[in-house]
Amino acid sequence: MSELNIGVLGIQGAYEKHALSIALAGANAEIIKYREQLDQIDGLILPGGESTTMSKMMGFRIDYKDILAFAEKKPVFGTCAGLILLGKGIDDPRIHQFELMDVSVARNAYGSQKDSFIDNLTLVFDKENPFHAVFIRAPQIENIGDDICVLATCNNTPVLIESNLYLGASFHPELTPDLRIHKYFIQKIMEVKNGKTPKSA
Amino acid sequence: MKKGTFEVKVGLAEMLKGGVIMDVTNVEQAKIAEDAGASSVMALERIPADIRAHGGISRMSNPEMILKIKEAVSIPVMAKCRIGHFAEAQILQEIGVDFIDESEVLTPADEENHIWKQDFNVPFVCGCRNLGEALRRIGEGAAMIRTKGEPGTGDIVEAVRHMRGVTAEIRRLSTLDKSELMATAKILGAPFAIVEWVAQNGKLPVPNFAAGGIATPADASLMMQLGAEAVFVGSGIFKSDDPKPRAEAMVKAITHYQDFAVLAEVSRGLKDAMVGISASTLEENEKMAKRGW
Repeated sequence: MSELNIGVLGIQGAYEKHALSIALAGANAEIIKYREQLDQIDGLILPGGESTTMSKMMGFRIDYKDILAFAEKKPVFGTCAGLILLGKGIDDPRIHQFELMDVSVARNAYGSQKDSFIDNLTLVFDKENPFHAVFIRAPQIENIGDDICVLATCNNTPVLIESNLYLGASFHPELTPDLRIHKYFIQKIMEVKNGKTPKSA
Repeated sequence: MKKGTFEVKVGLAEMLKGGVIMDVTNVEQAKIAEDAGASSVMALERIPADIRAHGGISRMSNPEMILKIKEAVSIPVMAKCRIGHFAEAQILQEIGVDFIDESEVLTPADEENHIWKQDFNVPFVCGCRNLGEALRRIGEGAAMIRTKGEPGTGDIVEAVRHMRGVTAEIRRLSTLDKSELMATAKILGAPFAIVEWVAQNGKLPVPNFAAGGIATPADASLMMQLGAEAVFVGSGIFKSDDPKPRAEAMVKAITHYQDFAVLAEVSRGLKDAMVGISASTLEENEKMAKRGW
């Protein structure tokens, strides 16, 4: 796997933690702050942080359309704020959504920080052991399109989803040492690189 | 499902990394901060520079004002309580503040004891001047540490002293033999288990931010290059002649803190930074960093 280069958008948020998880999962991690860097990576992670901050900085050294062009051919994984950017339907002109996944999310739907929580999830691709998931002022997935494959739920709400080249989580797999979700994304990148058709429901 | 665990508290601190947390005193400023790309706002009635000028007792802000700011923005909202004033903290938790700053900027309520922060669901950030102070606060349950600096001065010298102090002590700890750690914990006045963790890992167990005197994009870059993972800007934005462009410049400076072309670009065209006061001209009893232990 070592020949894979995976970028983490390094505008604001938990990008160092994602880079560490990618490195521990066996791929090369690179923090992406400039559009030119996109040419050198096989997949991209949009990390947690503040979606307004990340949107504001799009257009400075890396542009919305650069990432959109990248995402036409290569896999993208969005966590928390990154999932908001991957989805659609946010009614706020300051948030630039890529609309790559047919999913609408509600920001901070679980309440303020005192309502942030941890819970154990079952991953459909590895049901044996629960995944310890950390939800921080999490967005809630409200509506999903027909092509969305649900990989994990929490209280009957989807929290880990996949469609086409994209993977989205409303929680933070980078905050726990369990690397299964990062490895799943790396596997997806490998398959796309080897010409396999990406998975959809 | 569990709420309010240390992991969940530190989780929000992790999300604030690489960002700018801005002091705001009303809804209008909060919106300017959010639109400029702030990752969080600190809601308070008077910014540190004005607290210095006005004197008197400085307390937790009116919950009504904090709630109005919470309604106006989607980013996390922080608020300050007095050192040791756990009842103020209980009120702030109740109204749904996302992070509480047990802050030396306000008049301390207890000169012996800080708040026992482990009892709260909401995370706390606390200031420090050195490693011992940082580790005592983490022992009490703080989920984020920041330098104290000297608030409301626009003088970066104390924040630099505190950040360099903490990182130098961490480096020294990581060179020690196990048999030397207990005596070091005694000297630092810090819990042994956390001293041992820091010695093994070479960093704090919680995110380490900078605050106190940051007024320019260059100040922000300096603190990041010295090891800060994000910055608080108190008086520096809304005491300057150009809050909006300065707030935007600060955000860009943090994302690109090692890109000197960006730093030069965002520093050009800004009007005057806050006038400030040299921290070395303050009387000992005027120094906010001396509050707490």
